[in-house]
Amino acid sequence: MRASARIYWRLLCAGFRRQSAYRLAALGGVAANGTFGLLKVAVLFATVHAAGGELAGYDIGRMSAYIWLSQGLLGSVNLTGRTEIAERIKDGRIAVDFLRPLDVQAAEITIEVGRSLFALVPRGLPMLAIGAAVGMALPGGAAAYPLGAVSLLLGIVLAVAAAYLVGVVGFWLVETRGVQVSYMVVSGFLAGLFVPIGLFPRWLRVVAEATPFPSMLMYPIDILAGQVGLTGALALLGAQLGWLAGVVGLGQALTRAGRRHLEVQGG
Amino acid sequence: MAEALSARVRPYRAVLAARARSQASYRANFVLDLVSSLLSALVELAEVWVLFHAVTRLGGLEFGQILLVFGLADLAFSLADLVFGHCDNLPTYLRAGTLDVFYLRPQPLLLQLITSDITLKRLSRAAVGVVALGAGLAVNHVAWNARDVALLVTALASGCATSAAMFVLAAGLQFFLIEGYELTNAFVYGGRYAATQPASVWGRPLKVVFGYFFPMAFTGFLPTLRLLDLPTSPWLPTWLGWCGPLAALWAWVLAMACWRWGVRHYRGGGG
Repeated sequence: MRASARIYWRLLCAGFRRQSAYRLAALGGVAANGTFGLLKVAVLFATVHAAGGELAGYDIGRMSAYIWLSQGLLGSVNLTGRTEIAERIKDGRIAVDFLRPLDVQAAEITIEVGRSLFALVPRGLPMLAIGAAVGMALPGGAAAYPLGAVSLLLGIVLAVAAAYLVGVVGFWLVETRGVQVSYMVVSGFLAGLFVPIGLFPRWLRVVAEATPFPSMLMYPIDILAGQVGLTGALALLGAQLGWLAGVVGLGQALTRAGRRHLEVQGG
Repeated sequence: MAEALSARVRPYRAVLAARARSQASYRANFVLDLVSSLLSALVELAEVWVLFHAVTRLGGLEFGQILLVFGLADLAFSLADLVFGHCDNLPTYLRAGTLDVFYLRPQPLLLQLITSDITLKRLSRAAVGVVALGAGLAVNHVAWNARDVALLVTALASGCATSAAMFVLAAGLQFFLIEGYELTNAFVYGGRYAATQPASVWGRPLKVVFGYFFPMAFTGFLPTLRLLDLPTSPWLPTWLGWCGPLAALWAWVLAMACWRWGVRHYRGGGG
């Protein structure tokens, strides 16, 4: 038990370190995410002003917090559905992964979570700095900080686990790019990347909440931006845990079925 | 004369025809690509709609009017993306050293890069733009006189050129950025996002950046102001709606300068 915990800890650190090699890439990402953030500020602030200073619980401060938190988490929460496992299934290297004395799904998720956690530093902190400079709402009470941190971690793990699902579809489809791009488009929208789901019309909000996507980005932000109180935060955490259990369970089942189905082409 | 021209065009035509055939030959994958491209345009339209559903009026525009902005800007961008979008692959070529192959052929480098591929799946995205534009024209009761038609044609043609210039500008910068290639997303895809917004909500810095320096407001917002005779917004007067061609010219001057600068900087992939 302890030995395997140590292995996964090492994988987490390896993912963290690997991401630290891409400094220039992080700089490019900061410039792009910052620009999108400024455009979101313009249009969403105008929306709040047009509604008379408050819309669906968002005043300017909370909207600002939503914008800069979401831009900062963009590098860490995998909403693209892009994974390395998809590549390895396509070219057959996955066969080697199955030979290792590790759970393929757990190892893949651990490494990716390590990378995502590192990305919080070069891609997340600059966005928070912009938010702090222009002014944004802070969490309601002291409890919101630890709850927000847990929620953020759950969101990151859930996003990685769901992207893994997109990747293992490759056991049956081989070429998964079309599925991945469709996933990326839908997940960003329903996770509340461009417009917070609180602003959606009721029916669309119900649709979004029936998917795991808000648990990846919207719920952690709602907790960190003080949009929900203590009980609300606990309910959101519960929803995140439920989705995580479901997605990880499905990933296990698909990995097992895929292993039996796997046919490596060439030799 | 005509014969010489056709002989010159033949290699480009052969490459593009082969690319188009290869994309359409994996039928299931091509359909899925078309669907995902369609979906991305629909979701972007939905993002705009959600905001206008929440407040009805934004930046002096109603949803019917922003439909026209979205239709013009997104159709222009999609068509540019269809022809120029794969310039985004340049960082991959640079890292793999495969760009050097282009230097072996007796054709201009940029022309080879542009004609090296065509992204047919963007057709479905362009279809959303066409529908949005058609709906926008219908709900605003645009009177079809010669002036309006001329304005629409000018806006669309120059919008395509401006959007295409963004891809070339990005490609020129990639020679310096290599690994930091995401930086150019700020004005290529950030520009697309900006072009579908009511530019009247921007503060002065954004108006300078996306109104004039990367002239995306000229692809949708300004022609719509002119077409519907909407009131001027500060720093973006309505009469600028006719100035799309000037914006396109500026964008291409910027793009070509950047491309030349980048190519001069390039020292080969070491192969």
